[in-house]
Amino acid sequence: MTDEISKLKGDALLRIRDAQDESQLEELRIVFLGKKGSVSLKMRSLGKMSNDDKAKLGPVLNALKNDINQSISEKKRELRKQSIDERLKGEWIDVTQPSKERKWGTIHPVSQVTDEVVAIFSSLGFSVAEGPQIESDWYNFDALNIPPEHPARQEFDTFYIAGEQKSDRASNVLRTHTSPVQIRYMESNQMPCRIIAPGRVYRSDYDQTHTPMFHQVEGLAIDKNITMANLKWVLEEFCKAFFELEKVELRFRSSHFPFTEPSAEVDIKCSWDDGKLKVGEGSDWLEILGSGMVHPKVLEASGVDSTEYQGFAFGMGIDRIAMLKYGMPDLRSFFDNDLRWLHHYGFSTIDVPGLHSGISETAIKSTEI
Amino acid sequence: MKFSIGWLKDHLETNASVGEIADALTDLGLEVESISDLSETLKHFKVGEILSAEKHPQADKLKICLVATSEGDRKIICGAPNARPGIKVVVAQPGDYIPGLDTKIKVGKIRGVESFGMMCSEKELQISDEHEGIIEIHGEAKVGQYYTELTDIKDPIIQISITPNRPDALGVRGIARDLQAKGIGSIIHQDIKPVIGTFDSPIKVTLNSNVSKKDCPLFIGRYFRNVHNGSSPKWLQDRLRAIGLRPISTLVDITNYLTYDQNRPLHVFDANKVKGNLEVRKARENEKIIALDEKEYVLDPTMTVISDDEGVESIGGIMGAMNSGCTYETTNVFVEAAYFNTIATAKTGRRLRIESDARYRFERGIDPEFTETGMELATKLILEYCGGEASNLIISGAPPNRPPGISLDPEKLNSVVGMTVSSREQCRILNDLGFKVSGDSPYEVSIPSWRPDIMGDIDLLEEISRVISLRNLEGKPFKKNDFGVPKPILTKMQRRVSKLRRAFTMEGYDECITYSFLDKTSAELFREGKAQAFISNPISSEMTDMRPSIIPGLLMAASKNQDRGIFDLRLFEIGSSFNGNLPGDEFLEASGLIIGNIFGRNAYEPLRIVDFFDVKGHLLHVLDKLNAPINRLSFKRNAPSYYHPQRSAIIKLGPKIRIGEIGEIHPSILESFGLKGSAHAFTIFPENIPFQGSNSSARQAMKISDLPSSNRDFAFIVDEKIQVDAVIAAIYSVDKKLIEEVSLFDVFEGRKAHEQFGNGKKSIAFSVKLQPMLQTLKDSDIEELSTKVIKTVEEKTGGSLRS
Repeated sequence: MTDEISKLKGDALLRIRDAQDESQLEELRIVFLGKKGSVSLKMRSLGKMSNDDKAKLGPVLNALKNDINQSISEKKRELRKQSIDERLKGEWIDVTQPSKERKWGTIHPVSQVTDEVVAIFSSLGFSVAEGPQIESDWYNFDALNIPPEHPARQEFDTFYIAGEQKSDRASNVLRTHTSPVQIRYMESNQMPCRIIAPGRVYRSDYDQTHTPMFHQVEGLAIDKNITMANLKWVLEEFCKAFFELEKVELRFRSSHFPFTEPSAEVDIKCSWDDGKLKVGEGSDWLEILGSGMVHPKVLEASGVDSTEYQGFAFGMGIDRIAMLKYGMPDLRSFFDNDLRWLHHYGFSTIDVPGLHSGISETAIKSTEI
Repeated sequence: MKFSIGWLKDHLETNASVGEIADALTDLGLEVESISDLSETLKHFKVGEILSAEKHPQADKLKICLVATSEGDRKIICGAPNARPGIKVVVAQPGDYIPGLDTKIKVGKIRGVESFGMMCSEKELQISDEHEGIIEIHGEAKVGQYYTELTDIKDPIIQISITPNRPDALGVRGIARDLQAKGIGSIIHQDIKPVIGTFDSPIKVTLNSNVSKKDCPLFIGRYFRNVHNGSSPKWLQDRLRAIGLRPISTLVDITNYLTYDQNRPLHVFDANKVKGNLEVRKARENEKIIALDEKEYVLDPTMTVISDDEGVESIGGIMGAMNSGCTYETTNVFVEAAYFNTIATAKTGRRLRIESDARYRFERGIDPEFTETGMELATKLILEYCGGEASNLIISGAPPNRPPGISLDPEKLNSVVGMTVSSREQCRILNDLGFKVSGDSPYEVSIPSWRPDIMGDIDLLEEISRVISLRNLEGKPFKKNDFGVPKPILTKMQRRVSKLRRAFTMEGYDECITYSFLDKTSAELFREGKAQAFISNPISSEMTDMRPSIIPGLLMAASKNQDRGIFDLRLFEIGSSFNGNLPGDEFLEASGLIIGNIFGRNAYEPLRIVDFFDVKGHLLHVLDKLNAPINRLSFKRNAPSYYHPQRSAIIKLGPKIRIGEIGEIHPSILESFGLKGSAHAFTIFPENIPFQGSNSSARQAMKISDLPSSNRDFAFIVDEKIQVDAVIAAIYSVDKKLIEEVSLFDVFEGRKAHEQFGNGKKSIAFSVKLQPMLQTLKDSDIEELSTKVIKTVEEKTGGSLRS
């Protein structure tokens, strides 16, 4: 009997080894282990045997059954692997074919830079105020200490909105600067305050550096003891953060704006080499914004007691600082919406400017003008 | 404002270099725009002499000249009308740089004849704007001599921009005063001795009471007889030319000179042409004048004029009349030095649209107290260069009263500007600028008559800080108002807009910024009954109307991109549109435009033009990211007329709130914007989306069931115009608790559907998901519900189950 068993084992293992596919293997399982399979028959015959034989042959048959089972499942794995390998061989693709990319759109540089500016000033406690783009001449001029016949009015190249004229008041205008937001904010809020006001402004001018619509950001800080030295510090902090430099040098240059006194134009130190502008080095100066201490008349026009409060204001071109930082050569192209330009200068959705993670993806220190 | 260093040195004794002077000016707030040193740019130009000039055989206006030059006789082609033998000229040799043309001269053929150089005009050398002819050198000059040796042009010219608050710096003397305060030299005392007249002026002057109080409180006149008005002396001509003015005659040149030297505009009348006496008064309605610019102006009673017995001879402070202007034949002259009010002058100038040197100065404010001295200066120059005799002065009225003095606390400089400067230095600066400081702190400061801009102590701080130099201002940190973690600073709406922008890009849309103004035609197409806002002085006919919608701007951008060969476009913009001409007549919009294929041409997917339902998906994704209640939105018909009437919708929340609109753009709109293909657009009104009511950040409890759900599919045959939303609502109404989701999975419509189900019919199929929450559904429950679904849909929509 043991001989028979070992012969059976040898035969089974050999045939399993030579099985060609899974169906052959299943046939073999039935031949050996199925209900009428040779191993099963032998096990069934145990019942007729003596207890001694049972005790002797039982474990042997069980081991045989296990061996065959194991061998079948091993062979099965092997065959499956072979068949997968075989199928995959036929599944060759050209990995150099282009992707099925689904593209995200881009954020316009003006929006991105506005977000950068907001992120930086928010860290200094400034919030964001807004105001209308069609303004009364009172908010755009008079309240800002520019009375009707003031020569400064002519320098704004103002667009006037046609409409019914009430007596001899001038008609409404497209705001020529974001400064009217100062007045509106101070009128309806308690002092002290710190705000910035980004937005569209309009002047009748068109060339490489002027478009009839552009973007400004206004800054205003009012308290009991804010000085022009504080203004300088705030602007220095801003420029360092915005241009992502360790150090920037600003130069205040005396100037005149009717709504600030004293007034200063602010230049940033830079270098020009072969038409390449680098902020933060060199010995040239580039004007980047206008600023000053809010004129007492402006405070009074906004209902703020100028004997108690004082503060600073500044106005900066968003498009202009975007050009300086990111190197667009021509302002007009900002509003041309050429898809190639939008893709080249635009920003990714996930690059949300934040101070903890960095204002922009890379600090761009050299930009071509 | 332009001046030369030599001119400045008439008033300022200084050893400072041009660079130092320029640097100081900019620092003082008199920003230097340019420095031109012609002695440098013109140093290579030499004198030549035309030996002969013959007509060019190929061109009527050109001459072939033989010119003696330092390099020998040269043939030069010239088009100047004054090119003729015998005159001495300025010659540029081949290789010389011509500043006015920004080019280097080359040997070249002009109409077939070779030319070896060029004879220059003043404009080409940037000496003046004169370009009628070439420069003729008069007097002693040798061929080959350097041109710069012969003229005053070796004097560097500085151009500064003057802010409107500094009329005093519109005269060279005022600039010198600022520089002295800054420590650049010391101002030279002006010793002006009054001239005693030898007779009384035959022309009398009266100030009408309608001007004497305010608009012209002071008029000083003087009559000169037997003058000779020829060309002015060379030094005066050179001065004027250097700053771009054309010499005219001695009398006129003297007035121009004093305008720039002292900011003292004057007017000269040919006294023989003045009829009777002069009166300064308001113009009469429709009174006319032909001014020195040879144009006729119609005046009105707001305007101040100087008139003789027969009519207006001058618009006060702006421009004189043609017929009483001085010429070379003038022998008797009446000189006016008056003070005209700033606002009145500005108004008149603006109404008449006259730009003149006089207006520019009077509207900013000249020094009224200098009027008499200014006249004496003019007298001295006229007598010296025109001869004749001067009358006694006629003085009508008086300069306006000076404003009261200002009290200055020297501590305030530190508390406002943040700069420490000793009281002594503060006083020194103010005194150097012409203020008179008296008393102890707080000081009493009187304002010089030439500084109409100074009104309060804050203006004095500006004066001190600009002289000290704001360059030296050191930044000082300012404290935050609160400590700890900064609070968010954006409003809910600002945050929403910021999310909206990024949500659009995630649907593949590129952000655009288009102009807020449109041409009238485009604006009308999108007006939709909104009140209009248009610009009364547009920069071009393309930019006349404030946009009533963002979509036309995006259509224009798309059209331009199509012209550049880009056809698959997804563009969006967020910004204000306008519905009226008053402040606040604007509303926020976020619009998207999509044109072309859903994917560009590619190897994997067939080309498919974007359709309404693609765009609807984009819209809903965007709204979803704003946490808008997208399940409660309804899509209603009657969208604006710029959409396809059958393929568009307005999106509503409840019966009233208009969240947005969506649709295919009307083909006639596409045509008027020159667009190819079809386009879809949508607009969201972010301000109309309600904010979630709850202030808690905790979400609602999640309700999910572990019981198995089942799906049942139903297909209904319904009338074509039955909308899917009606059927879905009918299905939900059967059992709102059990039916979790109803989704459309098939639509069969059109000709084949008509053949199968009858005309005007379509088949729509839904999958209904049932999700029990309490106990497992039995087959009988599902059967019962299915029967109800079929019955309800039949009742509510008239449809029937497709068998």
